[in-house]
Amino acid sequence: MAFLAFTPNLARHVQVPAGRWAGRTVAEVLREAFRLHPRARGYVLDDAGGLREHVTVFVNGHQITDRVHLAHPVSDDDEIYVMQALSGG
Amino acid sequence: MGSRLLVATRKGLFTFERARGGWRPTARAFLGDPVTMVLADPRDGACYAGLRHGHFGPKLHRSEDGVTWTEIGTPSFPEAAEGEERPSVDTIWSLEHGGVDRPGVLWLGTVPGALFRSEDRGDTWSLCESLWNQPNRPNWFGGGYDKPGIHSICVDPRDSRRLLVAVSCAGVWQTADDGLTWEQTAHGMEADYMPPELALDPDSQDPHRVVRCPVAPDRLWAQHHCGVFQSVNGGRQWTRVVLPGSSFGFAVAVHPRDPDTAWFVPAVKDEHRIPVDGRLVVARTRDGGATFDLLGDGLPQQDAYDLVYRHSLDVAEDGATLAFGSTTGNLWISESSGERWEIVSHHLPPVYAVRFA
Repeated sequence: MAFLAFTPNLARHVQVPAGRWAGRTVAEVLREAFRLHPRARGYVLDDAGGLREHVTVFVNGHQITDRVHLAHPVSDDDEIYVMQALSGG
Repeated sequence: MGSRLLVATRKGLFTFERARGGWRPTARAFLGDPVTMVLADPRDGACYAGLRHGHFGPKLHRSEDGVTWTEIGTPSFPEAAEGEERPSVDTIWSLEHGGVDRPGVLWLGTVPGALFRSEDRGDTWSLCESLWNQPNRPNWFGGGYDKPGIHSICVDPRDSRRLLVAVSCAGVWQTADDGLTWEQTAHGMEADYMPPELALDPDSQDPHRVVRCPVAPDRLWAQHHCGVFQSVNGGRQWTRVVLPGSSFGFAVAVHPRDPDTAWFVPAVKDEHRIPVDGRLVVARTRDGGATFDLLGDGLPQQDAYDLVYRHSLDVAEDGATLAFGSTTGNLWISESSGERWEIVSHHLPPVYAVRFA
């Protein structure tokens, strides 16, 4: 299971502890996390299920480019960080 | 209603209350977060705050006591058909209760230009698809924001199924059947930012704000991008009203019991958007727009650069107490119908909306 952590600023609104979640893509990992923390979904994803404009996702230090489907593949050893873009403040 | 004022700003929601010696801040919420809309529901005392987090999108909160807040449902667009784009709510731009005979019903307007309805005090929302699916809706265009938005929602107090919404930029739309069907009624409004042949096109109008007089619901006032307009027939036809100095602005408020009395905060059109000659005034008519008083007592009369957004002027139920806040973070209150203004704060974040509660 991949490691998933969210920007600490999200905790001001929704608490999602860092942890490991099942999934073969970023989208699947996030879906598992949001299953337990459903309110967080709307903070990270827009109505269409893509990344919000000012949210970014890094996998092992690399920013993902598929912001619509989040189909970037992940494996058990991968680390996913959901961060806020500096543009959105 | 009228002794408490809710002020939504770029950096939080602030409450002011009338006390001995003046208006004083009594509560603050969402410090640091943009609050784009606020509603104090007179039917049950609940307050609603629409937030627009820079990173995390729009959210809606409800408070039963004005102090503690709970996040409730955020309106969102329904699933799109395969291959069709599914839009996202960007900003909660207007919020009104659905009528005294329909407890729990709320209407909410957004950027992009969508109308949502709740039957359960905002816990869940549904898109008003009949308005969203208007054939010409893809031609609506942004005014103020890049995308069009619904900023004014006027429920007819005689019949809650009758609703008027105003759109920047797509004119004025009305339904008589609770949102099943809609009709464009921005007839008479005039847009000088369009080519001459489209100046009177109702779909191209940019009413910045529309308000309805509660005791005379057929009387409405509109602060339009190209001047002030009023209607005496329920918003089906609009007539231009000329203010002295400048007819440009964003905000308008109408007296709750006198449809001939309305207030505006004029500014220099069009790219400037600052007070005329640096002198901040409130324009008031008491004779249905035939004449106006420019009221500046207590307001800066030189070197003022305050702009008052469309939701940032309100009048209380007594018809004499008014408040407005500016992009410069100033907040003024008058308890004399605008004759004299008192500064309440010089130091707020940019003000997005004010509402008496």
